[in-house]
Amino acid sequence: MPYREDIALMAHLMRRAGFGEPRGDLDARVSTGYEAVVEELLHPEEQPAINDELMYRIFPGYEGALGPPINQADWVYRMVNTKRPLEEKMALFWHQMFATSNAKVDNPPELTRQIAMFREYGLGSYRDLLVELAKSPAMIFWLDNHGNHDGAINENWGRELLELFSLGVGNYTEDDIQNAARAFTGWSIAPKIPRNPLGRFYWNFEYKPEDHDEAEKTFLGHTGNFNGEDIMGIIVDQPASPRFLARHLYRFFVADEVQVSSWNTTPPIDPEAIETLVDAYIQSNGDIRSILRVLFNSDFFKNSQFARIKSPAELIVGTVRMAGSHNGFKPGYNNLALECGWQGQELLNPPSVEGWQTGSAWIDAGALMRRVNFAAGVLGDISLPGVKVMIERVRAQGNLSPQALVASCLDAMGPLQVSDATLRELLSHALKGGDLAWTTSEETSDSENRVGKMLTLIAASRDYQFA
Amino acid sequence: MASTKKDPVLVILQLTGANDYLNTIVPYTNPLYWDNRPKVNIPEDQVLPIDDELAFRSDTEQLKAIYDQGNMAIIHGIGFENSPRSHFRAMDIWHTCEPDKIGIDGWVAKVIRDLDPSAENVLKGVNFGQGLPRALTMRGVPVTSVNHLETYGVFSSVRTSEQERAQLLDSFARMYAPAIGTGPTMEYLGQTGLDALKGADIIKVAPERYSSTIEYPNSTIAKALKDVAQVHLADLGTQVFYTSHGPFDTHFNQGGSHAKLWMEISEAVESFFADLREHDAGDNLVMMVFSEFGRRVRDNGTGTDHGAAGVAFVLGERVKGGMYGAYPSLKPEDLTQGDLAPNYDFRGFYSSLVDKWLGLDPVPIVGGQFEQMAFV
Repeated sequence: MPYREDIALMAHLMRRAGFGEPRGDLDARVSTGYEAVVEELLHPEEQPAINDELMYRIFPGYEGALGPPINQADWVYRMVNTKRPLEEKMALFWHQMFATSNAKVDNPPELTRQIAMFREYGLGSYRDLLVELAKSPAMIFWLDNHGNHDGAINENWGRELLELFSLGVGNYTEDDIQNAARAFTGWSIAPKIPRNPLGRFYWNFEYKPEDHDEAEKTFLGHTGNFNGEDIMGIIVDQPASPRFLARHLYRFFVADEVQVSSWNTTPPIDPEAIETLVDAYIQSNGDIRSILRVLFNSDFFKNSQFARIKSPAELIVGTVRMAGSHNGFKPGYNNLALECGWQGQELLNPPSVEGWQTGSAWIDAGALMRRVNFAAGVLGDISLPGVKVMIERVRAQGNLSPQALVASCLDAMGPLQVSDATLRELLSHALKGGDLAWTTSEETSDSENRVGKMLTLIAASRDYQFA
Repeated sequence: MASTKKDPVLVILQLTGANDYLNTIVPYTNPLYWDNRPKVNIPEDQVLPIDDELAFRSDTEQLKAIYDQGNMAIIHGIGFENSPRSHFRAMDIWHTCEPDKIGIDGWVAKVIRDLDPSAENVLKGVNFGQGLPRALTMRGVPVTSVNHLETYGVFSSVRTSEQERAQLLDSFARMYAPAIGTGPTMEYLGQTGLDALKGADIIKVAPERYSSTIEYPNSTIAKALKDVAQVHLADLGTQVFYTSHGPFDTHFNQGGSHAKLWMEISEAVESFFADLREHDAGDNLVMMVFSEFGRRVRDNGTGTDHGAAGVAFVLGERVKGGMYGAYPSLKPEDLTQGDLAPNYDFRGFYSSLVDKWLGLDPVPIVGGQFEQMAFV
């Protein structure tokens, strides 16, 4: 039997690098070994992808779907059922960092294509990813680069590329923005056919050489007849790039940080960790996979259990994975997608180009009530397959004292670590029912119900809000 | 709780999906209307004329009656320049008052903040529906969002006996109670959890206290307005209510669906104001009705596509009824890409309500000075 700490650490890795793993699968992971599991996560291509063809046969509405909820549901289905958890988690990471919103794009299938691009390029070279981002039709439309012309630049893309997607405020001048914008003139999308009554359709990236500014540009100290690719090449070699990316990775995978808009004035909470990630970037020439390898194997990562508030997508997907309520082709993905929005994270529709405000900004009274009711409702439903498995785990330990009931429920849900105050109240709740017995059928039914209520209460705790 | 009965109350009804202005307030004597709407029109025998140019549709006879009593203002040609014809973008603009950039803070949330700067009453603003519209979101402004009033509360999703539920709620309150040395994030979560519990505890008195002879019709909007009435009548200090109805996105087969939506609204609104009158609680409440934009002047055969200018309404005993502004011209040369051109900025409409009804400074809420109208 692996040590408890090894199990807890593996659960932590799977929550952060994916969307959580049922308790029953953790022992096997631990036997494989932590570093080997990290390698597995870093190589999603070795695991089967979601079978799109099969999925579209069963959910025919998903393919090329027009409406936002169905496109969100398509993504939630993948988050719940993926065998490549880190690939899916990275798609969510890049969606947060390169926030593109349907509020303006108004073309959900095009956003779905952007997310697919994140899956494909999200663990590779940072430079290649930035080039693909610049070619993403949803991004071009979102930041107006189709309106960025030779002799009449629109600097929206150039500005956000430097401010929010790569360098961060304070690491470039207004001239650099203008010159970056000039380098991206001609990076456009194929003309739109009038939308109605034909409805939405895919856009295509189109490079228009006749609209590209061929004159010399000076960008971050370099001078030449730069095109977009050259700009990305210069950006990824700037010292500010790895630092900015490291901070994003730290905030998403390690611990809650202040919002991006304060990064130029507030130092990182763990500067040493940032330095470690920056080194990994430099050593690997900006290879995302290599940086993440260092991150997941670092002590600062291993010591960061429950240091982040779950985003709504993490809370929802993690909860249904634990409860086994949506494994495979089950109805209800639309509701899960809508629930993300109701809790404050409408996928494909982040509130602005800065992405969502994270950490305690996820929490207000309405959102917290929804989070609690969602998790408590799902995990308290003792008819769900995953919940039944959790009850079986508890039952396998035989008759239990109230203390043991609390401990084994916390173990079955994670293992989860809770504050002393929470533990005290869970125990005081458990004490009201006395010891748990499984001999007669009445005892069994009563005990199942009590386990269900304990899972409900744990799911409603403050501690469950953390990943 | 101190009586706040005479504080002004605003109910916001959002028509989601872009309501067809032309078939709501019908220019029934304008030949251009008939030219442009060969298929998707309100037949002449189904209009209720306001004057010899404009008419209500006959399925909104209850609204027409309210109008005739002088308790309804019609605000013509509302919208904003360069209307994007995208539901999502347009709705965001209405919600944040930011037509040129992506806004984050909602205008209604700013209203709530200014009505209750120390955020004492978690029920100052109440939304009925799933999730919060962006209009109501702003960091530090607590807003209560209720799906079903009868079942609203922590653990409403859990199937259990009443006794067990009470035990769970008791344990929940203890788990969220302040504890020393837990750190700011846990403290914030604790306070927020207790706020949610408190809001639910207070609001549940509303259905308990409520009694009325009015029977609301059976529709989701009637249910939502009945919930609004219950909370308003319970006198819990709520000054802003928000709810939505739809979908108004009538690209195909507009006739039946548009008629049904307006019939539901018309009947629900009649019941709602009758309910308030019965309880002598209508003199401090007005309702505003808006949609993100109107629909294209020319129909597409069975429905209508996305347009620009729309129509808004304000209803209530204290409203100075009548028509405000001008119906935009239907002449081809006056249209903007085939759509009615907006002639009144929606931020002026908001400003009128914020200033003249709620008594707040509208400038920081709508982001500038805009022409107001005197409908309240």
